[in-house]
Amino acid sequence: MTAIAVGADIALAVRGLRKSFQGGRVPVLQDVTLSIRSGERVALLGANGCGKSTLLRCMLRLIEPDAGTVDIGGVQVTGLRGRGLRRVRARVGLVFQKHNLVPRLSVLTNVLHGALARGLSFRVWRQSWAPAAERERALTCLDMVGLAHLADRRAGQLSGGQSQRVAIARALMQQPTTILADEPVASLDPVAADEVMEMFCRLVGQQGLTLVFVSHNLEHAVRYADRLIALRAGRIERDVPATGVQIEELRGLYE
Amino acid sequence: MSESHGRLPARWSWPRPGSLLTFVALLAFLAWSLAMLKIRPGELWDGFPAMLEVLGQMRPNWDRFVPISWRMLETLQMALVGCAIGVVLSVPVAVLAAKNHAPNRFVHALTRGLVTFVRTVPDLVWALLFIVWVGLGPFAGVLTLVVETIGFCGRFFADAFEETDQGPPEALTAMGARNVSVFACATLPAALPAMTNTALFAVEKAVRASVVLGLVGAGGIGVELKTAMEMFQYDRASMIIAYVFAMVFAVERLSGWLRSRI
Repeated sequence: MTAIAVGADIALAVRGLRKSFQGGRVPVLQDVTLSIRSGERVALLGANGCGKSTLLRCMLRLIEPDAGTVDIGGVQVTGLRGRGLRRVRARVGLVFQKHNLVPRLSVLTNVLHGALARGLSFRVWRQSWAPAAERERALTCLDMVGLAHLADRRAGQLSGGQSQRVAIARALMQQPTTILADEPVASLDPVAADEVMEMFCRLVGQQGLTLVFVSHNLEHAVRYADRLIALRAGRIERDVPATGVQIEELRGLYE
Repeated sequence: MSESHGRLPARWSWPRPGSLLTFVALLAFLAWSLAMLKIRPGELWDGFPAMLEVLGQMRPNWDRFVPISWRMLETLQMALVGCAIGVVLSVPVAVLAAKNHAPNRFVHALTRGLVTFVRTVPDLVWALLFIVWVGLGPFAGVLTLVVETIGFCGRFFADAFEETDQGPPEALTAMGARNVSVFACATLPAALPAMTNTALFAVEKAVRASVVLGLVGAGGIGVELKTAMEMFQYDRASMIIAYVFAMVFAVERLSGWLRSRI
């Protein structure tokens, strides 16, 4: 079952998306169609290998889809090149399972990199070169995730939970309208995972951002999402509001 | 002991016929080479007295210490300048030679091939070419060292760029950063320790090479060494060798200490 919302407030729309690997022998996404309204929080569920991460990467063309279209904020991403593609990507924060910070650079520099696509170019390569206003904004983003006191520390010296918070601050520094998160807390212990997820969703809510997150944690999915989209073998199997869904019902997705 | 696990595998097994044949062929080639190269250990013994006589004359003579020191400084300057320019030029070369940064496969293969070619040609050949081009003197030596450094650092910098964690570059690409920003902000900082290590090895290599370049007239201490040897001034030659040893040893120790601090 799929749903396409119609209207001006669509943050993200995917139509007929297909992707396969190894010359077409391994289909990963098969005719995926969905649309997500602005401010909506969507959990993407499904067993390993069902195409969730590929779907997120295809949305930003980090992986090139074989067919289908992706619209972000009313702009068709598929078919864009160069600056046009970079502009759309700049409006979408992507948070990875592994934080993907640059370990040898300071925490503040890593957060400043979130402003790379906003025309500041080399001024934000290092925090020492950055304009005062951007440094101030980066520190504010760090403050939002409770790590302003670690601004000078090397990113490689942080714990897993702290690193993921910095990655979230970097995504917020982009001033995005949408955030995609690929298992953002999967590598954290249960307590840190709850803390980071709670903080992440609170910040997303406060700023009115659209959120699509992949998770294997069904409790998180039900607690933090407005809508659940489940994939099985590259196709959308369920697309339902999160309210009233029992976790036990969702376990069937993994069988 | 609990029940048997089945038959134990043999401790030793006969090599496969192909491997055995290759090994025997290699051994035969080695024996043939020994015969072809006229290696006669007896000659070592026969020539030993003459060698002892030369060694006896090799008591270092320090009377030309000051002019030799200027030549030594020139050698060191050639090495450092050649290496510095070579390291800087190696970065763009390595970007084109790295699989994950080259604009396409053709540019990657072409640049890799060129870098290998530069490394394959011996430094004395490069020196002779540059002497023809710019004349005798240290400039030809510096140009040789620039090319040598590009051959060395170009390859290892490219390897360092290819081996960096691809996560941070992907994250910056996903947020809309330009390729040059992705490289400067994610790839370069990650590759920097390996690049510094390689650059320090390149300095060591350049110092050693700069000594030899003088033998063909490309500047530096080698000119003095060549003159002393040709005029049978073994006392001066031994002083230059001792001096060169001290300099190369000092540079290697310094570079080793710097590498340990990366």
